[in-house]
Amino acid sequence: MTGLAPPEIESFLIAEARLLDERRWEDWLALFAEDGWYWVPLEEGQANPRDTVSLIYDDRRLLETRIRRLAEAALHAQTPVSRTSRIVANPTVEEEDGGEITVRAKFEMIESRQDNRRVFAGTTWHRLVRGGEDGFRIRWKRVDLVDCDAVHDGISVPF
Amino acid sequence: MPEPTGEEIAGLIRPGRVHRRVYADPAIFEIEMARIFGRAWIYVGHESQVKAAGDFVRTRIGRRPMVMVRHEDGSIRVIHNQCAHRGAMVVAKDSGNAKRFECCYHGWTYGTDGRLVHVPLKHGYPAHFDPDDPGTAMVAAPRVTSYRGFVFASLVADGPPLTDFLGCMTTSFDDMVDRAPDDEIEAAGGVFKHAYDGNWKLYLENLCDAAHPIFVHRSSIDAARAQDDTAHTTGAGEIAVRQMRQNGAPHEFWREQVGIWTYPGGHAFLGDYHDDEKLVAASGDPAFAEYVAALEAKKGAEETRRIMEVTRWNSNVWPNLSFMSQFRQLRVVHPVAVDRTEVHTYAFRLKGAPARMFEDTVAFANVTNGTGSPVLTDDLETYGRIGAGVTSEGAEWIEIGRGYETDRPDGKGGVEGVDSTSEVYIRNMYEAWLGFMAAP
Repeated sequence: MTGLAPPEIESFLIAEARLLDERRWEDWLALFAEDGWYWVPLEEGQANPRDTVSLIYDDRRLLETRIRRLAEAALHAQTPVSRTSRIVANPTVEEEDGGEITVRAKFEMIESRQDNRRVFAGTTWHRLVRGGEDGFRIRWKRVDLVDCDAVHDGISVPF
Repeated sequence: MPEPTGEEIAGLIRPGRVHRRVYADPAIFEIEMARIFGRAWIYVGHESQVKAAGDFVRTRIGRRPMVMVRHEDGSIRVIHNQCAHRGAMVVAKDSGNAKRFECCYHGWTYGTDGRLVHVPLKHGYPAHFDPDDPGTAMVAAPRVTSYRGFVFASLVADGPPLTDFLGCMTTSFDDMVDRAPDDEIEAAGGVFKHAYDGNWKLYLENLCDAAHPIFVHRSSIDAARAQDDTAHTTGAGEIAVRQMRQNGAPHEFWREQVGIWTYPGGHAFLGDYHDDEKLVAASGDPAFAEYVAALEAKKGAEETRRIMEVTRWNSNVWPNLSFMSQFRQLRVVHPVAVDRTEVHTYAFRLKGAPARMFEDTVAFANVTNGTGSPVLTDDLETYGRIGAGVTSEGAEWIEIGRGYETDRPDGKGGVEGVDSTSEVYIRNMYEAWLGFMAAP
């Protein structure tokens, strides 16, 4: 039964978006479980990250490397850095079992870098488990962009 | 501004340098579209994308929207995606199956060979209107040929056969297909489409560039080196982190051990730089052991050993194709404008190999070709900076001279760089470029 997400979940999503906007990458990484993963599929309704390529498919190990890279001095693709502004909205609880909660929400992100502005939008799915300083940890996060299979310039900033 | 003459175009290429105009001048770009993409053999797709009669995929030749389709007689046709009536694009889906292509505007209908088969409201046309005219059609490319499943088309009726055009590069295609126990490969696992604000030639110029990784990919090399290998992985992240580390091979290794070979027609391949046992030999990997056993069962131990000993990184087929036979990846470069380029990338499944192996192919695609890859994004940034830099009109000549004095014949009709970071493969591409561009 789908219902509006309770305030503590909405607060968690807003706090997560803020960490990303403020480029607090390590703090964002810390939201993920030790075996957590982060996925931005290439195809609409993509069922599997292993048999089809993905814009991003990071298990914990790769996500750690991705985040560490974002702090590297020689990061050309982020020189200068992107500034982003995110709105998260319409959070609903899709499933709740054994202390784990699947939350669906909508997001829009404007990315500004040099003189270019891009808009990303879509649906986020979080599998959350209670715990951690922020109230929840992320077991996995899936981001379905509305234009997942379109032509894109390089994507350096996680959604 | 008048179109540059053949002599003016020839003047843009000098020993070890090219004029910046070849990356920045829209007039040069227009001539490239006509004389190179309008004449050469251009890769349009793989046979596995159109297995059954009526299967189609949209593709391009230069900027031209085309459709590659399996005709009812089993042959593959490449037809312009334009209705002969009022010019509308007929096929709007990227792929599918159709017996006929019907235009949305007034219902003109075409066969899978592009011929016009039905014209509704056909009354009162002048005497010269002829629905059987091959020019009143979704006009077909006059030449379509494949080599071991890789389909090429040319928009001119006359020219060298495909195998002449490919020359020594057939060995790289052979390598890709030979690796399949069943001698067949198929495009699978989705298509990345990435883009950058720079010239189309920059892409192939980077793919055999053994000198750039330690500069361009510094951030991902250092981040991967610092990675704790006890962190959880599904197997996918492990492939990515290992590949990023490989890019950090020492400079001496890149210079002395990789190898760069170039062949007439602008083609080249870079030798491999991998020593990671998971990525190349995968000796400790059960799926890879199963694969080698399947290969031996089908092809014998000796042939399997021969196949495993072929180690190539990128094979560039000029003007716009590059693939990794050993890693089952392929990239097609689509020019959009003098300063805008799209690249579509494909992964391939080896028929007869264990399913698990394709998961590694997908993970490798994500890190080498992925639009969100920590590696590729730094390449795209570099192309964009060249796109912007060459408009500055500072240094007039782009230097492509590294290795010029030491390149030598390879004994197979090609030229190899003694130093693997030689820019010989760029000079070689400009020889081919000039051959097409200076001919009116």
